[in-house]
Amino acid sequence: MIEIKNVTKTYDGKPALINVNLSLQTGKIIGLLGPNGSGKTTLIKILNGLLRDYKGEVLIDGNPVNEISKSLVSYLPDRNYLPNWTNAEGAIKIFKDLYQDFDEEKMRSLFAKLNLDPKQPLKKMSKGMKEKFQLALVMSRNAKIYILDEPIGGVDPAARELILKTILENYAPESLVLISTHLIADIEQIFDSVVFLKEGQVVLFEDVDTIRQTQGKSIEEYFKEVFRC
Amino acid sequence: MESFQNTQPIYLQIMNLIKKQIATSVFNPGQLLESVRELAMIYQVNPNTVQRALSELEREGLVRSERTIGRYITKDEAAIAQLHQNLVDEATSTYINNVLELHLSPEEILTTVKSRLKGDNT
Repeated sequence: MIEIKNVTKTYDGKPALINVNLSLQTGKIIGLLGPNGSGKTTLIKILNGLLRDYKGEVLIDGNPVNEISKSLVSYLPDRNYLPNWTNAEGAIKIFKDLYQDFDEEKMRSLFAKLNLDPKQPLKKMSKGMKEKFQLALVMSRNAKIYILDEPIGGVDPAARELILKTILENYAPESLVLISTHLIADIEQIFDSVVFLKEGQVVLFEDVDTIRQTQGKSIEEYFKEVFRC
Repeated sequence: MESFQNTQPIYLQIMNLIKKQIATSVFNPGQLLESVRELAMIYQVNPNTVQRALSELEREGLVRSERTIGRYITKDEAAIAQLHQNLVDEATSTYINNVLELHLSPEEILTTVKSRLKGDNT
C-alpha cells in the first residue's frame, strides 16, 4: 500500500532521512517510533506531499504522491491546521468539499461520543479537545490509509484511552494505519508492527509480538534499549 | 478494558484468557464467539492479534470455524476436560516449583496449602 524506496532528505545539507526503504501492507496498524528529531514527521510530510525536494521514490497504492494519493490518505497532522474560528459545522463543510469519502453521520456521532460541542470553535477549546476534534474528522473518512502524527501527544492519560478506542473502532477495515508517537507504552497494544527510526535511518521493522517473544520485553523497554545513548 | 502485559506476546495472553474461559465454562461447548473485530474492541487490541490467537486456538482444536456461521467453541467435551486438566497441572507445577525454591518439604507444602485453604494465615 505504501512503498518507500531509497528516500533521502536533507535540510541545508543536514540529513533528516537517510536511504529509507519500507514496504507497508494494507490491513495493518504500524507504529512509527523514534526520539524527537529522528525523522518521523519528515517522513510523514513526504507521504502527504508536504515536502517534495527529496531523493528516492514513494508510491501510495501504486501512485506517486499527487492529488490521487492524497485522496487516499486521511492525515492527522501534529498541529492544528484549521482556522481557529472553525467549529464542527464549519469543519464538516470543509471536509465534505475536500473528500468524497467523508462520512458526515459518523463525524456527528463521534463528536457526541467524544463529548464535544459541535457549536464550539477551536479557539475556545482546550488542547485535548482540539486533538479529539481533529481525530474525529480524520477518522470519519473511509480512507485506504490513515496517517496519524502523535495522536495522543497533547492529552491526559484518561483521554488517551478514549482516543485509542476511537482509532480502533473507526479505521476502515483493510486499511493501513500508520501512527507516529513517542508515548509507546500507552499505545503499543494496538500495533501489528513497529518501525524504529534512528537519526533518519530505519533500524528495525518488526512484528510486535515477535519482539516481545524474542526479547522478553515490551516494545517500550526494547525501544529504550535500542535508543540508549 | 482487558489489560495485557506488554512484556509477553499479546496473542498468547489472549489465547490463555480464552482457554481459561473455555475450561471454566464461561464459554460453553459449541458457543459462538464474537467476531474478530468485536473481540478486538473488547480487548482493545489490534484485530490481527485476535485473529492470530483464534487461528492458534483453532490449530489446537479448541475453536472451530464454519464459513457461514463464524467461529465457535469446540463441542468436544473430552478436549475441554483435557484442557482443564492441563491448566490445573500447569498452575500446580508453577506453585510447587516456587515453594521448592523456598526449600519447603513436601509435608510443609501440604500443611501450608491446607492451612491456607482453611482460612488461616491470610
